[in-house]
Amino acid sequence: MTDCLIVGVGGQGTILASRLIGSAALGLGLDVRGSETIGMAQRGGSVMSHVRMGDGIHSPLISLGSADVILAFEPCEGARAVPYLRPDGLMIVCDRAIQPAGFFNASGESGYDLRAVIEYLRSSVERLCILDGEKINERCGARSLNVAILGAALFFGELPCSMEEMEGVIGERFDTYYAEMNKKALEFGASLACECGK
Amino acid sequence: MGKRLLMGNEAIALGAMRARVTVVVGYPGTPSSEALETIAKEKRDGLYVEWSVNEKSALEVGAGAAISGARVLVTMKQVGLNMASDPLMSLNYVGVKGGMVVMAADDPGPISSQTEQDTRSFGRFAKLAVFDPSTPEEAYTMIADAFAYSEKLGRPVLFRPTTRVCHSYASVTILDPLPPRTQTGFEKDAGRWVIFPRLAYANHLKIEKALTELADDFSYYPANRLSGSGRKGIAAGGVSWCYVGEALKDVSSARRLLKVATVPFPARLGVEFLRGLDEVLVVEELDPVIERELTYLCGLHGLDVKVRGKQSGDMPNAGENTLAGVARAIRSFLGEAAAEVETPRATPPALPVRPPVLCAGCPHRASFFAVKEAAKGRKSVFCGDIGCYTLGNALPLDMVDTCLCMGAGITMAQGIWRVEQDRASFAFIGDSTFFHTGIPGIINAVYNKADVIIAVLDNSTTAMTGGQPHPGVGRSVTGETTRRVDIAGILSAIGADSLERVNAFDFAASKAAVERALDKKGVRVILFEGDCIALSRALRASCTVDEKKCVGCSLCLKKLGCPAISMYEKRARIDQVSCTGCGLCKVVCAARAIEGGESA
Repeated sequence: MTDCLIVGVGGQGTILASRLIGSAALGLGLDVRGSETIGMAQRGGSVMSHVRMGDGIHSPLISLGSADVILAFEPCEGARAVPYLRPDGLMIVCDRAIQPAGFFNASGESGYDLRAVIEYLRSSVERLCILDGEKINERCGARSLNVAILGAALFFGELPCSMEEMEGVIGERFDTYYAEMNKKALEFGASLACECGK
Repeated sequence: MGKRLLMGNEAIALGAMRARVTVVVGYPGTPSSEALETIAKEKRDGLYVEWSVNEKSALEVGAGAAISGARVLVTMKQVGLNMASDPLMSLNYVGVKGGMVVMAADDPGPISSQTEQDTRSFGRFAKLAVFDPSTPEEAYTMIADAFAYSEKLGRPVLFRPTTRVCHSYASVTILDPLPPRTQTGFEKDAGRWVIFPRLAYANHLKIEKALTELADDFSYYPANRLSGSGRKGIAAGGVSWCYVGEALKDVSSARRLLKVATVPFPARLGVEFLRGLDEVLVVEELDPVIERELTYLCGLHGLDVKVRGKQSGDMPNAGENTLAGVARAIRSFLGEAAAEVETPRATPPALPVRPPVLCAGCPHRASFFAVKEAAKGRKSVFCGDIGCYTLGNALPLDMVDTCLCMGAGITMAQGIWRVEQDRASFAFIGDSTFFHTGIPGIINAVYNKADVIIAVLDNSTTAMTGGQPHPGVGRSVTGETTRRVDIAGILSAIGADSLERVNAFDFAASKAAVERALDKKGVRVILFEGDCIALSRALRASCTVDEKKCVGCSLCLKKLGCPAISMYEKRARIDQVSCTGCGLCKVVCAARAIEGGESA
């Protein structure tokens, strides 16, 4: 059984990522169950997708302390999700911060201390892979961040499906142009994960 | 036909199509919207789908179709059922010919709603059967059962998934379609279709008899079931049943389990469950429906069983259940040690909360800001309504003083003005809400000579629920072109004292229009037009900050609260990914440091 939690900010494409993972797992004959954040919270709020694959799964939600892998599209959302991670679980986090609107002090400076958040992730998550968000942005565009992170997770072999199987799912789901774009993002994410080397 | 990965709402839609539904009507509302949209995408012959103007209209269109022999699905969220309750209460007394399932999605939490009402309790009040699925796969088959029961009873039935069923997903085994049905059409029978007191009395007797028989029938319904053994019992329904299953994985104590998925309560099954038990823990969300029924059965049958749940204080009375909370309650109930605490980790730094906000480039921000600037220094009240623009309440805009229910802003503004006539009374209403329930309130204001300023925020879509079309758009849910109902035309026909149309992104014109309205009396309407950015993004270049000119005053951030703007090393910074170039920030920048976008 594999429990994968995907966290981010509304609009980052967590739902698509969870659907791709779920579809690939279903293609392998696994039972899939999960849950999404849809609705009001999507407007720039924190969002969480639970993906659970394997036998004997009752709940659509993952228990605290039992996620095998967490894909964090944003550092602060990753920090929020740490309690869900299994002690020896893997977290892949994109280091590009998204400032919450309205969270600033008198001089307008954000109270979001990115350095402290990354420091916290390093000290509390043993298996941590930090991806360079700016690089992903430059190479694949911000809208492909979700698929690039997916590529990193596939590199580590933490998901039940292989890179080829995921490419197959992407090929079925998108037209040629977007499929190619997404496959490139998948590969780029995997190459960043390879550099990360854990 | 294999398995498909389906969201709960998709499973409900495909389940209804498998059951040969032919008329599908509804009004969008989280968490219900995707059910109707899924059916609209299929565009099958002989299948009619519409977004109705509101839930009452949807239910009445559905009622007409159902008494003509069609199988009808009506979709809405739980608060939509409040509005549809007038026709639904009476329709139960009249009855239907074709099966009619009213899907009312409940929202424990609440996550995207005004109330935590429980449609199971509504069903009991309205004397309707309710089906309460636990998972997408159960919903897929249960909706076909709901149609069959509706036809057997000759009455509408309720189907109430909750958010965690609607928006969860699962691998669902797709079954062959059920045999086709024939639609008889409408057959005249005034003694049947015209509700009069005498008929209501006669049918009330029939309804009570049918409900008693149904309680017995439901004891044999497979979604209601009994398992396990022991002197302690756990009863659950809805998604809570799944949390119980998950929690019991690490628990060895003997226990008897009861799953309940219907109203009326399966009484015989309930008694069988209770006999021989010392204690029961009930795990459910919203109202203690199962708990009350079990407590009642204990009294009726003289059973000495302690029933624990919400009423006993063992389970929370509000909010949604969590996996951790349910696991804790079950371990404590069964006398097992608490689960091992996870390995302690470092304490996280202060993490910023991330409340939902108006998107970067949202026309509502521009409209709110224009009204705010124009009304500065005046004693005012800003009545809000339901939609994305409710988010205008957040700082720094702070432009929503009230929000009650669909359409209430316009009428509440009148009530406030009746008490305080020296207060400028504003009402904000979105385009879809205008059609839903806004129009009668405006007629009320004109007829009763109220002094109110109504700001209609027309973004050409039903944005909050995912961008559904509405009568002002000229397009149907299936994408066909249709007649466009003109908001300005309606307003002038009602006889508003003044009416101005402005481009929401034209700040100077918008502010001037509000100032003119403030100087007049009567029902003054300003129609702010600007498309939702989900419809028209990427047409403009993003705005950028000239760091040499920026003085770091942070007014752009503090006045607008646009999520694309942040301060970095004492200079404003505009995120190039999320900025749509609306240019509103250029209006507030005294240093003229912002460039690009569209001139505002």
